[in-house]
Amino acid sequence: MTTTVLTTTELEDWLRRAAVLLTDHAAELTELDAAIGDADHGSNMSRGFTAVAGALDAGDFADPAALLKKTGMTLVSTVGGASGPLYGTLFLRLAGATGGAGSLDAAALGEALAAGVQGVADRGKAAPGEKTMLDAWTPALEAFRGAGDDLAAAVAAGAAAAARGRDDTAPMTATKGRASYLGERSVGHVDPGAASTALLWQALAEAVSGAGGDSAADGEAGR
Amino acid sequence: MTGIVVVSHSAPLARAAVDLASQMLRGDGPEIAIAAGVADSSAPDGLAIGTDAAAIAAAIESAADDHGVLVLMDLGSAVMSAHLAVEMLDPELAGRVRLSAAPLVEGLVGAAVTASTGADLEDVAGQADLAAEAKRMQLES
Repeated sequence: MTTTVLTTTELEDWLRRAAVLLTDHAAELTELDAAIGDADHGSNMSRGFTAVAGALDAGDFADPAALLKKTGMTLVSTVGGASGPLYGTLFLRLAGATGGAGSLDAAALGEALAAGVQGVADRGKAAPGEKTMLDAWTPALEAFRGAGDDLAAAVAAGAAAAARGRDDTAPMTATKGRASYLGERSVGHVDPGAASTALLWQALAEAVSGAGGDSAADGEAGR
Repeated sequence: MTGIVVVSHSAPLARAAVDLASQMLRGDGPEIAIAAGVADSSAPDGLAIGTDAAAIAAAIESAADDHGVLVLMDLGSAVMSAHLAVEMLDPELAGRVRLSAAPLVEGLVGAAVTASTGADLEDVAGQADLAAEAKRMQLES
């Protein structure tokens, strides 16, 4: 079953799927980070999103903004490394952009994502092309907003663009973060932040399409 | 007194830096709060390497008085977390917070000694920057 809007139910489903995906891919993310960073991205992201899943278990959220804010604050306090403030800022800006809305359609999610991605760029003082997570977020946002009003189609387009954006970081030279110390030696390696961003999009696409069906949102989707 | 916050990826590193700076102080020193590490239930001390913007915001609040707060940080993403922490603060308090470009140890010693004299935030921040410069001059002479 596909869904046309995101309520707290679908957002929870997304974040729980993200925790599972990031944990399943933790070794791979850490390996990417070992090549050009400090070899902790997989364990950091797994720890952070597992903590988010725990916060979702413990909490009851009135609207998407409350849930997204809790997610951002949890990531800020548990991820560590640059990804903590970056992903934390992303979710806090998403929360701020949704206001008190009870659900997000494609247009509202697009606006919220635009605010979130701008937050990442501001926080990291980064621009596309510098071999960072922005190189996955930026094309994903463009594809999402260019895909029209159908939420599932737009998220699928965003997820595909995030994956391409991730792959496209390989030939780039890092100029931001610890990878920048490596300069030209960073070429040939995919950026770990772009890789975790692609996984977040994959989780969102699965939540919206109802794929897998191992989560709390079963039977609730589309309401 | 101007308060001081030490932001580090590592809690032992932050504590040791504060111990070192405290040896320079006589009598009452400034409030020095630590925000170091991130929560990790699987770690022996409950902390993993990293920085936590919410903990930094809380540390700033605990160290704040009328004079404001100088924040000293270690590597890269500590700066990002500190920026985010300032955004989380009450705007009135945020206006009395300065993030120092000084290296952590040199800046902390300079800031702590200066703050203990009752100096305001501008002076404390300025002395933290000078403390870093002093090392360069020492090497050049």
